[in-house]
Amino acid sequence: MPADSLTFIFLNALIINNFVLASFLGICPFLGVSGKLNTAFSMGLATTLVMLISSVCAYFINMLLVEFDIEFLRLIAYIAVIASAVQLVEMSMKKFSPALFRALGIFLPLITTNCAILGLALFQTYREYNFSQSLAYSLGAGGGFIIAIMLMAGLREKLELADVPGIAQGAAMTLMLGGILSLIFMGFSGMGGA
Amino acid sequence: MSNKRIKEAPITMDTFLKGVWEENPVFVMLLGMCPVLAVTNSTINALAMGIATTFVLVGSGALISLLRHTIPRQVRIATYIIIIATFVTIVDYVIQAVSLELYNALGAFIQLIVVNCMILGRAESYASKNRITKSIVSALGMGTGFTVALLCLGTVREILGAGTLLGFPIFGADFEPWVIMILPPGGFFVLGSWLLIFALLKQRKTKMEGLARAR
Repeated sequence: MPADSLTFIFLNALIINNFVLASFLGICPFLGVSGKLNTAFSMGLATTLVMLISSVCAYFINMLLVEFDIEFLRLIAYIAVIASAVQLVEMSMKKFSPALFRALGIFLPLITTNCAILGLALFQTYREYNFSQSLAYSLGAGGGFIIAIMLMAGLREKLELADVPGIAQGAAMTLMLGGILSLIFMGFSGMGGA
Repeated sequence: MSNKRIKEAPITMDTFLKGVWEENPVFVMLLGMCPVLAVTNSTINALAMGIATTFVLVGSGALISLLRHTIPRQVRIATYIIIIATFVTIVDYVIQAVSLELYNALGAFIQLIVVNCMILGRAESYASKNRITKSIVSALGMGTGFTVALLCLGTVREILGAGTLLGFPIFGADFEPWVIMILPPGGFFVLGSWLLIFALLKQRKTKMEGLARAR
């Protein structure tokens, strides 16, 4: 598979270089919102939606920045765009789909400070992806985030029934589980290289 | 608003030390995890990241504290993020100018300081409510706590994973490096172990206090 084909970019972001387990982006929700399977899935879905929108926005903003030769404003522009995209998604969701809003609502403001979103926008700029490549990349990254957070939530739900020693409960246990998951995902790293 | 306020508590050593130990952002509050895990594969990276984050914390804390009566409440989060992004851009260009090697090693994580929830959290909960000197002292404490935590991870991972400390080999030539420690899983394992150690210490302390009280 050539390195710039859409399938490769998608699979690369989805499993080979998983955003959470290989590049350490979006660790906060991964540790914080992975207690229950269905909330984890809602969080993953909301993140993917915002990723898709902010990826499209970042692509056009970057064209504008390059056009006027003001790339030093990139970071400020991106974060402003992401924050307003989140706000926009929240407002339109409230208006058009109240059911979905109730399911995802509380997670949306949290997503603004999810580094996976800004990381995605920055990486697609550095790698000079074109429009369709950016879309494939953001879909893969969002899917990878859903996979990682749901695997973790599944493990943690099972562990509630297990007899865990007192000192290992909570964050320490979650981090150890994350380490094991990350170890598993390293097995994919042979596929097609970086 | 200001005339209603009760007299503020004076700045003590505690304002500083709280961030280092009692409210350590990494080990106690679990904030800003992404850079903690991602850039601590060597001591020097960890130190650079800690200093960069401290600078952003102090700079944004000072500016937000100065502007705390000017910023309208409704758009305060957006304003904070823009202020933080400004300081991060400064740090980004400074590191690029000082050491390109370091800049490449840290990668996108310098720019991702913007979305470090610790900085926004401090801006919202502390800098927007306190005087400038107090905010700066507290931000310095938080930054030191963050740097110490990064160094805790960075040194352990570098010693185990590469057999070196700050680039100098510390074991003999026949040391087989434990490579997994500088790869992503090692970050999770080392941080998890540190949290286990702290939980153990805390459990011991409460047990001791309980014994002392029983006596």
